Amino acid sequence: MKTDIQLNVNGKEHTVQSAPDTPLLYVLRNQLELNGPKFGCGLQQCGACMVLLDGKSTTSCQLPVRTAAKYKITTLEGLVDENGRLHKIQEAFVKEQAAQCGYCLNGIIIASVALLNESPSPTDDEIKEKLNLNICRCGVHSRVVRAVKASIE
Amino acid sequence: METTRRNFLQQLGYVSIGFSLMGAAPVPHSFLAPSKMRGSGKRPDQNHINAWLHLLENGKVLIMSGKVELGQGLRTALKQIAAEELDTRLDLIEMQMAETGKTPDEGYTAGSYSIQSSGMAIRNAAASARETVLKMASEKWGIPISQLQLKDGEVIGPKQKISLHQLLAGRQIEQEVGTPSEFKGKTVRRFVGKPVPRKDIEDMVRGNPIFVQDLRFPDMVHARTVRPPSYTSEFVSMNESDFDTQPGFLKLVRKGNFIGILAEEEYQTIQIMERAKKSVQWKSEDYLPANTPLKDYLKTLPLETKTQEDKGDAQTAIDQSQKRHSASYFKPYIMHAPNGPSCAVAIFEDEKLKIWSHSQGIYPLRNSLAALFKMSEDDIHIIGVPGSGCYGHNAADDAATEAALMAVEYPGRHVRLQWMRDDENGWEPYGTAMIVELKAGLDANGKINGWQYEVWSDGHSNRPDGTPESLLPARFLDEGYGAPGIGYKGGAVRNSVPYYTIDAVNVQSHIFLGPLRTSSLRALGAYANLFALECFMDELAHKADIDPIEFRLMHLKDPRSIDCLQKLRKNTSRIDLAEGEGLGYAFCHYKNETAYFAVAAHVKVDRKNGAVQLKKMWAVIDAGETINPDGLKNQTEGGMIQSASWALKEAVRYDARHITSLDWNSYPILRFPETPETEVEVIDRPDQPPVGAGEVAQGPATAAVINAIFNTTGVRIRELPVTTDALINA
Repeated sequence: MKTDIQLNVNGKEHTVQSAPDTPLLYVLRNQLELNGPKFGCGLQQCGACMVLLDGKSTTSCQLPVRTAAKYKITTLEGLVDENGRLHKIQEAFVKEQAAQCGYCLNGIIIASVALLNESPSPTDDEIKEKLNLNICRCGVHSRVVRAVKASIE
Repeated sequence: METTRRNFLQQLGYVSIGFSLMGAAPVPHSFLAPSKMRGSGKRPDQNHINAWLHLLENGKVLIMSGKVELGQGLRTALKQIAAEELDTRLDLIEMQMAETGKTPDEGYTAGSYSIQSSGMAIRNAAASARETVLKMASEKWGIPISQLQLKDGEVIGPKQKISLHQLLAGRQIEQEVGTPSEFKGKTVRRFVGKPVPRKDIEDMVRGNPIFVQDLRFPDMVHARTVRPPSYTSEFVSMNESDFDTQPGFLKLVRKGNFIGILAEEEYQTIQIMERAKKSVQWKSEDYLPANTPLKDYLKTLPLETKTQEDKGDAQTAIDQSQKRHSASYFKPYIMHAPNGPSCAVAIFEDEKLKIWSHSQGIYPLRNSLAALFKMSEDDIHIIGVPGSGCYGHNAADDAATEAALMAVEYPGRHVRLQWMRDDENGWEPYGTAMIVELKAGLDANGKINGWQYEVWSDGHSNRPDGTPESLLPARFLDEGYGAPGIGYKGGAVRNSVPYYTIDAVNVQSHIFLGPLRTSSLRALGAYANLFALECFMDELAHKADIDPIEFRLMHLKDPRSIDCLQKLRKNTSRIDLAEGEGLGYAFCHYKNETAYFAVAAHVKVDRKNGAVQLKKMWAVIDAGETINPDGLKNQTEGGMIQSASWALKEAVRYDARHITSLDWNSYPILRFPETPETEVEVIDRPDQPPVGAGEVAQGPATAAVINAIFNTTGVRIRELPVTTDALINA
């Protein structure tokens, strides 16, 4: 049964009509029309669907929307400021051209932002460890590490 | 958000609008430039300039390519090529890629051929266009061509200038593509050869709609497929009684063994699909060879044997040599495993099908769909939209076919169908398992004097080819289409003939039809062939007691090969190896005719638990004329890492019934902590033709990793993937 659910997404309050056990991913993509979080596996194994919940990176493919309603949700789109300026990590990914197909980029950027929230100047190994859940099939890993490092310099 | 979405739909032909409006609207970087041409059935005539290039009213030039952007940066590279010949700023060039009836029919985007084919066609067309408009302006003004130049969309004379749109009076350049007297890409190189950044990466980091998965249409409905338990399962019965009561349920479509679910919302569709899976009865047989090692099983299959090369008397040469060596190598089935499962949107209206797909070949897909649906090609319109990286023929065409099947059953509404992770892993066409057996002899100087090579392989392409069989859903329908056969056999022998100078060589190929569904995976058979060949070269070098780079140089003549290896040696000369660390090398001249590539891998092996840690990989690549050095580096870095993942992690597992590698735990790939640092040196040769490089790293990079493991452990891994068992206490 659908109910009204209040969500705080990218600094704005939204009321969505949804079954409370619907995973957050589908609500974000299909009701709020956000493209950042992607469906990759639906199994919390690949990180493509990551969002920030109160600043912590979390997969959204199995997270019931009623649970997500307790947190401030930030998606890739929400990292861009009101003037359209990119977050320093987004900027670094553009500058380092750290993408090929780009499907994994959402989760990788979200996890990297979460990492900098926890630890402002991580080592290469800490960056790689933080991105352990994020599958990238094109093999841009070494560029990603360069981009995250560039963003803190 | 709204503006972006509107533009995305406009670009994809949902909203029909003309050029003038688009000129005024803020257009973000577009994945498909707007065009007022409707997608009709006709293929643009590639002999004519206007098949490749259109002048827009807003002063921009629209370049059309039948190839698709796969994340390889092709859009940017093609733009650079066109901008150069037109001497026109990059922001004045728009790109339209892959749409039936609009772009040229360039077959598949595959085989690292896009720069060679589409790139050079666009170079020819753009240079011809430049010469044509200069001639027109010369005649119009009575000024010699030598005093005119084309610059940023205008022809400029000593005292006059005119926009191309005005010069052509709104018409297009209809002349045939000629034989241009100059290619600025070879002489001026204002854009070509420069690391022009891809604009689409900014769209990606902003979360702008880019992928076919991001398409949303008003009143769009969702579809999922109820997959059977195996390739040969037959439908028996299904309890459909309670579907009507499921929230959002619209329709159950069953055609033979194909079952699809349609519902209003995506998650509702998934839930109903999962429910349906439990309520359907299938008749399935155990038939996969789960109890026989695959390497042994493949040799029991009927074989089609062919001699690929027979030069000198290899057998006698080996018999008479000072030292002899032989080895056998095995590569399992591996999967494309894109990060995002395959997806398509389709609508059936007025007896016409319109499909948005990340297929690598929209025209061949259209041919096959026309045969499957018994429709005229003219009534099927396919729009290429990027998907998740595919690395070959994955399930893109299958998802498009399933979306079309569902759309035909539910006319008038857009149907979005996406595969689930287990659909993708369990049903995609894999890169085939292969066996290579090698024998060689060394003379007194350590030179190879005889070489015998045998390769066992399935075919390497079952892409859509105009028949329904190449589309997965066809085999489930009542028509009884069945599965396709072996497919393209040539892929099996790619790089099977050694590029090295050897007097006596014999190469045999044995083609089988294997137990799993297969098609093109990055580098096709060149992956296993170069893995085997370059590991064997390392083994021979060791046997001859010669440095592995030196050993290769002893067997190479052409300066470009030698240059690559020498640069690699220099770049890795200062590496200090700690305890447990090794360095390995490999080389290839891809397809024995395209790019040159030398690679090194630095690994650390923990002998207690057999774990392999990749520390760094180096490459030197010569792909002739470089269009975009950063794009080339990106492709090469990615190729090395993907190859290392294949080598260290990947094998499609199955039981007697079906595939069991259905998620990222049962089909692990290299994850961030396991990936190496990379360093790529590009050798740019503007005087040479540009050749593709997207597949070049695959075989040699695996060999370099395996050779590095030997370098520190003394263990020769000849069966992929590397297992810790092979290295524990080594």
